[in-house]
Amino acid sequence: MSGKLFEYAPAPESRDIVDIRATYGLFIGGEWVDSTGEDHHKSINPATEEVLAEVAFATAEDVDRAVTAARQAYDKVWGPMPGRERAKYLFRIARLIQERSRELAVLESIDNGKPIRESRDVDVPLVAAHFFYYAGWADKLEHAGFGPAPRPLGVAGQVIPWNFPLLMLAWKIAPALACGNTVVLKPAETTPLTALLFAEICRQADLPPGVVNIITGAGGTGRALVEHQGVDKVAFTGSTDVGRQIARSVAGTGKKLTLELGGKAANVVFDDAPLDQAVEGIVNGIFFNQGHVCCAGSRLLVQESIAEELLDRLKTRMATLRVGDPLDKNTDIGAINSAAQLDKIRELSQAGEDEGATRWSPPCELPERGFWFAPTVFTGVAASHRIAREEIFGPVLSVLTFRTPAEAIEKANNTPYGLSAGVWTEKGSRILWMAERLRAGVVWANTFNKFDPASPFGGYKESGFGREGGRHGLGAYLK
Amino acid sequence: MSTERVNVRKTYKLFIGGAFPRSESGRSYVVTDAKGKFVANASRASRKDVRDAVVAARKAFGGWSSRTAYNRGQILYRVAEMLEGRKAQFVDELRSAGMGRAPAAAEVDAAIDRWVWYAGWTDKIGAVAGAANPVSGPYFNFSTPEPTGVVGVLAPASPLLGLVSVIAPVIATGNTCVTVTESPLPSITLAEVLATSDLPGGVVNLLTGQAAELAPWLASHMDVNALDLAGAPAELATSLEQAAAENLKRVLRPAADTDWTADPGTGRLTAFLETKTVWHPVGV
Repeated sequence: MSGKLFEYAPAPESRDIVDIRATYGLFIGGEWVDSTGEDHHKSINPATEEVLAEVAFATAEDVDRAVTAARQAYDKVWGPMPGRERAKYLFRIARLIQERSRELAVLESIDNGKPIRESRDVDVPLVAAHFFYYAGWADKLEHAGFGPAPRPLGVAGQVIPWNFPLLMLAWKIAPALACGNTVVLKPAETTPLTALLFAEICRQADLPPGVVNIITGAGGTGRALVEHQGVDKVAFTGSTDVGRQIARSVAGTGKKLTLELGGKAANVVFDDAPLDQAVEGIVNGIFFNQGHVCCAGSRLLVQESIAEELLDRLKTRMATLRVGDPLDKNTDIGAINSAAQLDKIRELSQAGEDEGATRWSPPCELPERGFWFAPTVFTGVAASHRIAREEIFGPVLSVLTFRTPAEAIEKANNTPYGLSAGVWTEKGSRILWMAERLRAGVVWANTFNKFDPASPFGGYKESGFGREGGRHGLGAYLK
Repeated sequence: MSTERVNVRKTYKLFIGGAFPRSESGRSYVVTDAKGKFVANASRASRKDVRDAVVAARKAFGGWSSRTAYNRGQILYRVAEMLEGRKAQFVDELRSAGMGRAPAAAEVDAAIDRWVWYAGWTDKIGAVAGAANPVSGPYFNFSTPEPTGVVGVLAPASPLLGLVSVIAPVIATGNTCVTVTESPLPSITLAEVLATSDLPGGVVNLLTGQAAELAPWLASHMDVNALDLAGAPAELATSLEQAAAENLKRVLRPAADTDWTADPGTGRLTAFLETKTVWHPVGV
């Protein structure tokens, strides 16, 4: 294999399908309202740095309005509504998402920078599936194993990250609503647009006003939401540092808390693994979504005897990855979500070099405007290096080796995180032996970065607590 | 002429790693009975004892969590057997603390039955809290509950039933624990029961002393994975929860007026369990 990139004609997805407004207010009580403050933020396309829209930074007063609207909707409409009726609203939302799926995918790629192939084939279908899945739970909660008469918690304050904006919204809103809670959700500062389009979908579904409230903003808005006394439940996905702050601020309040935080997943490849399949899995594990994945397989642990061969094949494969226009259907790696994130990836990669690891990227032409980072692999990485310990949240892979299964386990678990792990081997008994010993919430065998609404997801240790997805995901929104 | 026999008194020490050491600090505190009469100089555990106990609990975690659930059930049931055999001693200790004969006997009976309840759960909680998940793809996807790790437990004031009710569910699923209690009687006597029940050393560590002094060290310890605030001093509960946030400990908050005689349910088991989900490939 030469690793030569075939010349492909550009195949851009049309962006005519999306209609982005110049400015957005807040979605509170079923209406678009202006923020009480003056603070606005420009949401940009990270692939071009073009300004897409101006969105409000919700103030503490706005947060209060949103929580009040959610409380009223909970007390008067959503709380008392029979589960079978709530279910139908969620089924409606699932259908509306399917109907508007291309529009959502394009908008997601424009606002986030992820390749259209991923937003179209992964994010949006999973969003629809998630609503469809939890819709079906709404009238079956007494059979879910949380007691004979489980009750909703009330108002949920939910704060989500920028890496899977709409999917994280679905993971938060679908189970909350199915269980009879109402929500105030804050999308990430840099990726608010699909959440704002979701507000329109709620209106098309005739969802009662106040059941879903969407308020945009940055950390200050999130803090005001999390600390609001009218919130009964806090759900957060994001960095471990912010998760810690939230856990601290929620202490003593009695609010129920679930956190889905960072990771530094080990992807363990044994010498009997199907190598080509493993290479695809390694690529998918770390370069999917530009590596902006909390469960990314950012530490490759490869058995020493095949390390050289595997790395050769991996580099050959990396040389065929197409980096560029997220709306091009051929693109494998899109834009880094923000200038700030690009800085962080650069800083940690520099640290990798400074600490003595060997850096390699394929020859790769990056667009001039926008935020880009070539797929990168570090070899000669020691467990003490920052790139082996810290979450980079970018397309950067650290490679370590091991000799025995016991050593693989020791190295894989040598992290304060515990979100996910991967195992590659042809031997089923070894998969299960490894899975038993890996201290991580999700273990993928001969695959990586697979998600499903029926499959619980969440971390051990400092990767947070609580599960999203499956029957287990209901536990976060019931008492 | 006959002289009355002089009693052999018991020295109340700590229970760490299966042994009964004194506090490394050399400190002790006076325990009296309900009438104010001297009973013992109990060991008053220190910050260093907390750390030693966490080390012992961590060391025991691998072995205990990889025992079969059946084996853990047998051992918990053995604890009930040992306790049953020493019933009179526990009734006496509760009575010396001021409890009437009938309530003391009822408390000991309930504590024995609680061990039996949790002994039965060890090999059933996986069936109740786990799942096979119907994912869209060629995978067998299953979720199993696993123990969280080392659990810090602040024992409630209920000296026997409360203590058993917080320790048993933690260890039933394979966790190990460091438990802080203010009442050496009957908790250290319970430790003697544990020490003779085939429970591996370090699975349960019991520290007697002042909760207000020890709890902050336990709550902020970076190798403790979870915290049960059942007996947390009310004025400290919030700050302990804040300290626990540092390494994202799972925190079981104190419920107001827990009735330890009530049906315990599964809440204390699931509070210290993680859910692991495995995607296993299907193919030929």
